[in-house]
Amino acid sequence: MDGGVRPAAGGAAAPAPAPGPDRTAGAPPSATRVLALGGLLLAAAMLAGLLLGPAAVTARGLLATLLDAAGLAPLPAEHARDAAVLGVIRAPRVLLAAMLGAGLAAAGTVMQGLFRNPLADPALLGISAGAALAAVAAIVFGHGLFGGLFGPQAGALGLWLLPVAAFAGGLAITFALSRLGTRAGVTSVPLLLLSGVALNALCGALTGLLIFMADERQARDITFWTLGSLAGARWPQVPVALALVLLPALLLLPLARPLNALVLGESGAFHLGVDVERLKRVAVVLSAVTVAAGVAAAGLVGFVGLVVPHLVRLAFGADNRLVLPGSMLLGASLLVLADLAARWLAAPAELPVGVVTALLGAPFFLWLLRRRAGLA
Amino acid sequence: MTGQRPHGIGRRGLPAAAAAWTALPWPPLPWPPLPWATRPARAAAGRVVCIGAALTECVFALGEGPHLVARDSSSRFPAAALALPDIGYMRALPPEGIASLSPDLVILSEEAGPAEAVAVLRATGLPMRTLPDGAGPGAAEAKLRGVGAALGRDAEPVARQVAADWAMLDAPLAGLRARPRVLFVLSLARGAPLVSGEGTHADAAIAAAGGVNPVRGWRGYRPLSAESAATLAPDVILMMDFALQEAGGAAAVFATPALAVTPAARAGRVVALDGGLMLGFGPRAAHGRRALAALLHPDAALPPLPERPWTAA
Repeated sequence: MDGGVRPAAGGAAAPAPAPGPDRTAGAPPSATRVLALGGLLLAAAMLAGLLLGPAAVTARGLLATLLDAAGLAPLPAEHARDAAVLGVIRAPRVLLAAMLGAGLAAAGTVMQGLFRNPLADPALLGISAGAALAAVAAIVFGHGLFGGLFGPQAGALGLWLLPVAAFAGGLAITFALSRLGTRAGVTSVPLLLLSGVALNALCGALTGLLIFMADERQARDITFWTLGSLAGARWPQVPVALALVLLPALLLLPLARPLNALVLGESGAFHLGVDVERLKRVAVVLSAVTVAAGVAAAGLVGFVGLVVPHLVRLAFGADNRLVLPGSMLLGASLLVLADLAARWLAAPAELPVGVVTALLGAPFFLWLLRRRAGLA
Repeated sequence: MTGQRPHGIGRRGLPAAAAAWTALPWPPLPWPPLPWATRPARAAAGRVVCIGAALTECVFALGEGPHLVARDSSSRFPAAALALPDIGYMRALPPEGIASLSPDLVILSEEAGPAEAVAVLRATGLPMRTLPDGAGPGAAEAKLRGVGAALGRDAEPVARQVAADWAMLDAPLAGLRARPRVLFVLSLARGAPLVSGEGTHADAAIAAAGGVNPVRGWRGYRPLSAESAATLAPDVILMMDFALQEAGGAAAVFATPALAVTPAARAGRVVALDGGLMLGFGPRAAHGRRALAALLHPDAALPPLPERPWTAA
């Protein structure tokens, strides 16, 4: 499958053989304007995420930290805390939140386009459920297994056990999906969807079994993990997320045009020159990688993938060439801001970020549903 | 704790790449060693954040309570602790929330987590002292000495008094003939009560107070089925006082099918005690032991223990 994935993504990007239905009548918002707006928003959100929070950082502290980082002036002792808060706690956290938000929103947009269903989101196919199952298994069995195998080294490596397990779990579900959803070389979208529903239920049941086997403390750890958090964000995770969350999300961008064609249905898209089979495979695999890696890094963060694409469509119309990059920028901004709220609202304690996104996302989504009752 | 077992298998086969990845000199990227990292980890007149109920009690018992600037949600004794800012559940530590308090020292129970958040805190260079959260004889003294060392304060006088109080109960408890089977119920949890297995603080508390924990063969707190409850045949059900209240009292406890068939239900014996006193194994360990022993052995003649400054709220 590897051989087929890359050329598809790359091939659709540059030459773009499919003309793509330019169905947006009137004056379509220009892509540059959307991107500039989104970029501005993301820059502002990241700046806010870096500068604001319960640990107040003074402008002087920021300046000292920057001068020190640039190697221009040694850090004065009184700014040590500012430097640690900015460089150790906030910077990796803001970067991870931005990449994760972009990845979830991109995967959500693509899922909604692929299934032609406004309620689709990355959780629908069971990928996050598979990642969660593996993560829960790591919480329940990890300590005994890993501690036994590696002894004293388990501490440093143990930090990677849960994310690696979660990522592998998400990929395993994706593999199962592509086998279950494909018959005679043709991927059936309804079959994919129903298989996803079944896999979701299966993973949920197995997770429940593990929770039953867990002791009290593990059960509480599981609860907190499933609520999502970026409190564990550290620099070593940043390059990993760059490769496994942001890169697959960026590779989804070229799918915008074929996804537009898919609005006409599979045969319609086919007649417009879209390789529909390849589109489905690439969309599922890339979304799966970015979602699985995202869950691995921060637990279950809900509603970004579902709500953000709708927000962008509301503002700029349904053209995926705008919705996809726009969703990535808005998703990144929203998750950075949600994480800022998670750090700040209950200070010195911290809210789980998944709680913040769902608290903001769910009422908004209900409002959206009522406003656009004619949607379905 | 289970990870402490001396296994050596596969240590040679350690995935070198993974180890190298984590061992790389990862950031604080452009940030050199922070000045506070080189400061000695003591806070003679500093700001201390304490995470762990028993450790917080130790800080107060050593007279360093005024230096505390925050606690975790489980640290609810003495009353002065409740007035401190709360950093939340100790298994969901907030790195920035803790850094925002500008502590000179963070005293951390080894039970605190998640490991990722502890790693972030460590990377900030904040002076941190992780202390074991043991149970049983000697555990309280170990915590007091650990906290004393972290604070640069002599813990010996308090530790010796706690040890002496504990020892006063040894002879009377050893002389008891009856060893009731005591099932500790953490919560009723809608029909499948969570009970204490081996290696729990409740297990150690029951043993120290002259009872027997009938649960053998598994560790931690786990749900119990009705049938296994019958085979465990506990004479007494032990709960934390607020958990018993929440459950709706003794009647509700024995209405639970899993517990209705036990000898404890026939005798109507459910006893309850403050969780921090009974299970904390902090400075109040000896007094907790006496309180529990008095509940388990109502007819025994136990010596009264002297009032100590750290047993008063």
